[in-house]
Amino acid sequence: MTTINLTVNGKAVSVDVEDRTLLVHLLRDHLNLTGTHVGCDTSQCGACVVHVDGRAVKSCTMLVGEADGTSVTTIEGLAQGDQLHPMQAAFRDNHGLQCGFCTPGMIMSAIDIVKRHGGKLDEATVRHELEGNICRCTGYHNIVKSVLDAAGRMNLANAAE
Amino acid sequence: MGIEGIGARVTRKEDRRFITGKGRYVDDVKVYGATHAHFVRSPHAHARVKGIDTAAAEKMPGVVAVLTGREIVDDKVGNLICGWMIHSKDGSPMKMGAYPALAPEVVRYVGQAVAVVIAETKNQARDAAEAVVVTYEELPAVVNVKAAIAPGAPQLHPEAPGNIVYDWSLGDEAAVNDAFGKAANIVKLDLVNNRLAPNAMEPRAALAQYDAAEEHFTLYTTSQNPHVARLVLSAFYNIAPEHKLRVIAPDVGGGFGSKIFIYPEEMVALWAAKRVGRPVRWTGDRTEAFLTDANGRDHVSTAEMAFDKDNRILGLRVKTYANFGAYMSLFSSSVPTYLYATLLSGQYDIPAIYAEVLGVYTNTSPVDAYRGAGRPEASYLLERTMETAARQLKVDPGELRRKNFITQFPHQTPVIMAYDTGDFVASLDAAMKAIDYAGFAARKEKARKEGKLRGIGFSCYIEACGIAPSKAVGSLGAGVGLWESAEIRVNPVGTIEVLTGSHSHGQGHETTFCQLIADRLGVPIEQVSIVHGDTDKVQFGMGTYGSRSLAVGGSAIVKAMEKIEAKAKKIVAHQLEASEDDIVIENGEFKVAGTDKTMAFANVALAAYTAHNLPDGMEPGLKESAFYDPSNFTFPAGTYICEVEVDPGTGKTSFVNFVAADDFGRLVNPMIVEGQVHGGLTQGIGQALLEHAVYDDSGQLLTASFMDYAMPRADDVPSYDLHHTTTLCPGNPLGVKGCGEAGAIGASAAVINAITDAIGTNKLDMPATPDRVWHAIHAA
Ligand code: FES
Ligand code: FES
Repeated sequence: MTTINLTVNGKAVSVDVEDRTLLVHLLRDHLNLTGTHVGCDTSQCGACVVHVDGRAVKSCTMLVGEADGTSVTTIEGLAQGDQLHPMQAAFRDNHGLQCGFCTPGMIMSAIDIVKRHGGKLDEATVRHELEGNICRCTGYHNIVKSVLDAAGRMNLANAAE
Repeated sequence: MGIEGIGARVTRKEDRRFITGKGRYVDDVKVYGATHAHFVRSPHAHARVKGIDTAAAEKMPGVVAVLTGREIVDDKVGNLICGWMIHSKDGSPMKMGAYPALAPEVVRYVGQAVAVVIAETKNQARDAAEAVVVTYEELPAVVNVKAAIAPGAPQLHPEAPGNIVYDWSLGDEAAVNDAFGKAANIVKLDLVNNRLAPNAMEPRAALAQYDAAEEHFTLYTTSQNPHVARLVLSAFYNIAPEHKLRVIAPDVGGGFGSKIFIYPEEMVALWAAKRVGRPVRWTGDRTEAFLTDANGRDHVSTAEMAFDKDNRILGLRVKTYANFGAYMSLFSSSVPTYLYATLLSGQYDIPAIYAEVLGVYTNTSPVDAYRGAGRPEASYLLERTMETAARQLKVDPGELRRKNFITQFPHQTPVIMAYDTGDFVASLDAAMKAIDYAGFAARKEKARKEGKLRGIGFSCYIEACGIAPSKAVGSLGAGVGLWESAEIRVNPVGTIEVLTGSHSHGQGHETTFCQLIADRLGVPIEQVSIVHGDTDKVQFGMGTYGSRSLAVGGSAIVKAMEKIEAKAKKIVAHQLEASEDDIVIENGEFKVAGTDKTMAFANVALAAYTAHNLPDGMEPGLKESAFYDPSNFTFPAGTYICEVEVDPGTGKTSFVNFVAADDFGRLVNPMIVEGQVHGGLTQGIGQALLEHAVYDDSGQLLTASFMDYAMPRADDVPSYDLHHTTTLCPGNPLGVKGCGEAGAIGASAAVINAITDAIGTNKLDMPATPDRVWHAIHAA
């Protein structure tokens, strides 16, 4: 057993877990943050993506020890009260989700993509960058639309700041 | 149409919980004192279980119990069933071997469960499972259909000699022989429809609880049809009678058919929950999904088509070998028979059709319905044959199809189906225009100069959806009726709960069904809730598959709404002292036509519950239910045209354009319909280019992870150009046909027809990987 101290969605938490625990299980099983999903066992699907110190990470590939001392944001931590993050709103407005299982990971990855590419995002780049996130429902068409739409909204928001 | 009524692109009500991480899937449900199950699975494709030593595992930390097939037999838990009886040509019933939830004596595919460890934590269960020692005596295995029926092949079940489940046929063999005798041209094609893993992104899961005081079970499970699950678990597996078993399918992360069936894991979880006196939880991992989820397709076929001298089709002869895997899954028997051969007429006027299907056992995981179920196989076979015919007869593929289209409706095909309506010319024209077919030759030439091979491929599909008229499927062997139920509860304040037996696992029922209410009663969708997926709330229902939810489930809602409306009108007429016939509904208000007398819907609801002033003899309350049994299947149809470019140096295919023109009848929410088509097309393209579940000759699954099984990713597929043509379905009150499977049914043939056009050879099977395409180019 190990004690892990980290910040999750802005709150400091301290949890005693087995050393072999993965970050995704810490979130789901110990902190009851079940919005982060597990869709595979080979780090391929991206259903588990969260932000660790501001970067998109597959939380199924990270042992809790590596997450000690970090600041983690999950899908539950994105909206400010009733105010959705522009990426969340874009997924809803563009029908970027169906069953919703891949969606939290998609949204977390997509925010990271927009942050890294800023205004220079086009369809081909989005498709290439989403390679690590599998969706079985949407055929990606509306996910790509959502990400491009959100990129516009996020850039506008940044410009206004 | 109102802003929330039929035809409106309403954003989805359910999305808020999903985009904020508040969806509630089975693995998210927490219950006090839950234990965790981990299954011990066979590493062999075929073996005798000589012994299972659980002693070491039982002593491991946290272990609550280790259970095997012995205990299953001792407790008289039933075997898994197949719910659709098929009779062979000779009239004999299909031949099935027993399918136990934990194999007590023989394992027949890699991954079959032989024991289960129940422990305090997931990791403890997993650790202890490694300490269970199973002694196997390996037996020879067979994975290929043709090898399985060869003399001397390993035999799977004593009940099914030669590994043959059935030898079935449909159609008039003599008439087809006649047609071929008269033919000016005959086109023949051998085809493989590749085996697929369904891969809903949420793995299957179960959480079972037993309440000893009430002798009552609760099962949370990833199901597309929780009532059918309860029925089967009760009637056949001796778990509990229906009134003592509640099945809940909460948010479910995709199904595509794979979550229709009852699997060993949920049966074992229920049974074990009572045995150990604690809740039992199981969530599959992806490798387990690859090993044990019912796979799709897996046909080997030969098609022969006879044409007269004017290129009109005279007849079609089909022989198909269907791989069922090692056991017959719940609806498997119907897939390569009544869901397949009945669609072999496609969009064409074919006077004579004869199809023979041999259902075969092999040492692979069970095969059952996967998005489209039988209809993609029919469509692929027919549309590749048509394209091949056009090339052989040297005519334009669009024109050959057009010449043979059915244009008069209703149309009775020689293979059971009676098409009610359609306009195949309209969808062909729409797709040809959208892809600029006229300009293709110039584009191909330009690409050639750049060293690329350009090709274009058609696929004109039809499907039978709205599954299904109960009497019709009953006469064909189905063990259940396929109607749907709805109940509408209007609360005293005018809010509405709609209870439906359909289940949404991505389809957006919480929005679409509300739109039906908004359209008719004018109640804003925010004041309507859709209740589904819980057998304690919804009395009964058949669930969601076969593109049936709107055509069948939606029609049940309409029927219940008609009753609500009729009663409400009586109340209004009584209170406003008008004639019932003069009451109309406008913008959520009941009105006496031609007057300014009105009554708001909420006031009508309140009046129904206060019951202070109701017509004489009227019961209080405003709640109605309906069962809707369709009179026919529905027949969505359309044309897909795909334009590709193949790099002759690498064999890699890239998309230039993909156009879809679908006729789904009336669209309730076009945004959701488009999403269904995008998803279906991507699964069809996945089958055509990427996906293949592969077993080696010893029965080991080579594609048991996302590292080895190529799922379509965002950069594998194009953006789609969608179009709609419309003929309203005359068979249901909404005029809808269903849209969930079309993409998966029609897309793969369009892709392969385009690639084979590009590379100039017809010898190519799915998935058309760069390696296969490169070899096809160089073999030609
Ligand atoms: S669960 Fe992390 S990538 Fe699939
Ligand atoms: S929405 Fe279902 S997997 Fe993406």
